[in-house]
Amino acid sequence: MNTFEATRLVAAREIRVKLRDRTFLISTLFFLLIAAAATILPPLLAGGPSTVAVTEAAAGPLREAGLEVRVVADDAAAEQAVRDGDADAAVVAGPAVLAMNDAPTDVVSALSSAPPVRLLNPDAVDPVVAFLVPFAFAFIFFITSQTFGMQIAQSIIEEKQTRIVEILVAAVPVRALLAGKMLAGTLLALGQIGLIAAVALAGMAFGDSNQLLSLLGPAIGWFVPFFLLGFVLIASMWAAAGALVNRLEDISGVSMPVQLAVMLPFFAVIFLNDNAGAMQVLSYLPFSSPTAMPLRLFNGDAAVWELFASLALLLVAAAGFVLAGSRVYEGSLLRTNGRTSIRTAWRERETLG
Amino acid sequence: MDAVTTVLRLDGVDRSFGDRQVLKSVSFEVAAGRMTGFVGGNGAGKTTTMRIILGVLAADAGRVTWGGRPLDRQIRGRFGYMPEERGLYPKMSVREQVVYLGRLHGMTAEGARRATDTLLERIGLDERGDDLLETLSLGNQQRAQIAAALVHDPEVLVLDEPFSGLDPMAVDTILTVLRERAAAGVPVLFSSHQLDVVERLCDDLVIIADGTIRAAGSRELLRSSATTRRFELVVDTDAGWLRDQAGVSLVDLDGPRAVFDLAADTDEQPVLHAALARGPVRAFRPVTPSLAEIFREVTK
Repeated sequence: MNTFEATRLVAAREIRVKLRDRTFLISTLFFLLIAAAATILPPLLAGGPSTVAVTEAAAGPLREAGLEVRVVADDAAAEQAVRDGDADAAVVAGPAVLAMNDAPTDVVSALSSAPPVRLLNPDAVDPVVAFLVPFAFAFIFFITSQTFGMQIAQSIIEEKQTRIVEILVAAVPVRALLAGKMLAGTLLALGQIGLIAAVALAGMAFGDSNQLLSLLGPAIGWFVPFFLLGFVLIASMWAAAGALVNRLEDISGVSMPVQLAVMLPFFAVIFLNDNAGAMQVLSYLPFSSPTAMPLRLFNGDAAVWELFASLALLLVAAAGFVLAGSRVYEGSLLRTNGRTSIRTAWRERETLG
Repeated sequence: MDAVTTVLRLDGVDRSFGDRQVLKSVSFEVAAGRMTGFVGGNGAGKTTTMRIILGVLAADAGRVTWGGRPLDRQIRGRFGYMPEERGLYPKMSVREQVVYLGRLHGMTAEGARRATDTLLERIGLDERGDDLLETLSLGNQQRAQIAAALVHDPEVLVLDEPFSGLDPMAVDTILTVLRERAAAGVPVLFSSHQLDVVERLCDDLVIIADGTIRAAGSRELLRSSATTRRFELVVDTDAGWLRDQAGVSLVDLDGPRAVFDLAADTDEQPVLHAALARGPVRAFRPVTPSLAEIFREVTK
């Protein structure tokens, strides 16, 4: 049994077990619903063009502006249509625009001549979108690295707690055990995000947000490698944390540093996302770069070389954490009496056969 | 295969945890086709020795060989191991995890499935095979554990306390399976602190105390080489006169029945003659020491 083959078997088992876990399936479904709702509902609620009640004589310019025209016999009937809720607005002689309580801008602009507008920065992002997109990126990274990282830790503890780990260690290299779990966690996390992304993209297409889509494209493309490395970084911390304890009940005792390592960058990116200087720093720090750097790209603040530099830093950090994490894992895996300190685990590794 | 190629041999194995040396130059052999009992008190070094054989722990010094070759991962992959601390995945079915462990030992998916089916039937677990492990009784979980150790048809079996916690029926089932493996030429090393169980089951015996091997060899040989020579005598009248017999030390006297030890340089025949001179002798026989007695003697 070579390490590669063993890693594959271990990962396959982890994935199989996870795909049968009802909690996991339900939470995935829940995320998909949120993604669908968030992309499909807003355009639907915005309601499309206004319906205007108007006599046939005055309908021409309104039709040209793409409004939905409801032809009525006279001005009185037009007013009544608005009062009854059959139309959003009415255009009567004058011309005057009637509406219930909200001035219908699209109707007004269809009837007025607007001065020409020249946009100096046509690609600039809508401020609402500029807040929502970073939030969505940071949130996805936060939630997935938390859930799937925690699952890696739980799976490690389960093997320690049930003592099956000794049989496993006698059969396959310890590295393969850890690698299999990390691989399974990464694949599951990517799979879940991929599903969510697919649903979100379909939702945007359905809701006619193609412009947003083309803006988001490159940011999403870069988010994937950043997410992958960032996830591996966090997952190796979870693996080490899980290996230090023997019972699921004790995990909270060791998971605090890991939680902070995920949570602090999350809030930093959320709260400092309009502070260019802070974002520049955050986009290079390995714990925050997975969300901060794609954001700067999205907002048009990052040069391509910066992306590669940040990715390289993240790669080095992730590799370092994987090595350290696996050393702690190997050193504490067979210590089944109480909690192991990181220092003991670090030293103990040399004695494993 | 000749004898050398089918022996699991430990040679001068040392191991310390911190300042505490738990194994001191441990050497013994486990021969093919023999059930070898590994006996010692708590903390004597049984589990550490077995973990070193399986490569779960590294030895500080010494070596372990199978068929003359030092163990590596490849060779150990063909060993079957049942650790002292039991456990399988509680939320997986018995069949699924036995197949999984078979595959981790290098079996093909198909081979592992077939071996699992045969084995589960053999140990009376086929009907519960698709149930989650956690829904099984402890005895059945123990059977599943044996299946996990045997699924890949190992060349060597190392079992740490395989019979503890088993009901007599399960002991018999598992014993039968183990004997089959031994008869097929597999060396079986199993530890136990229940001396009566080992006495019943083993062909060979290794006794460890404080990290040193105190005795090793076939059960009969160990018995006959026990240093004390003990006899039982039954006569018709009171046997109290034995007290005055040269070289005799009485262990137990109950009217006409006596148990006594003979000094090393004393022959038992004069004692028998002396008894016959006093009347009929109903019984006169050597008492083979029980394993517990041997154990007590070699570990004191």
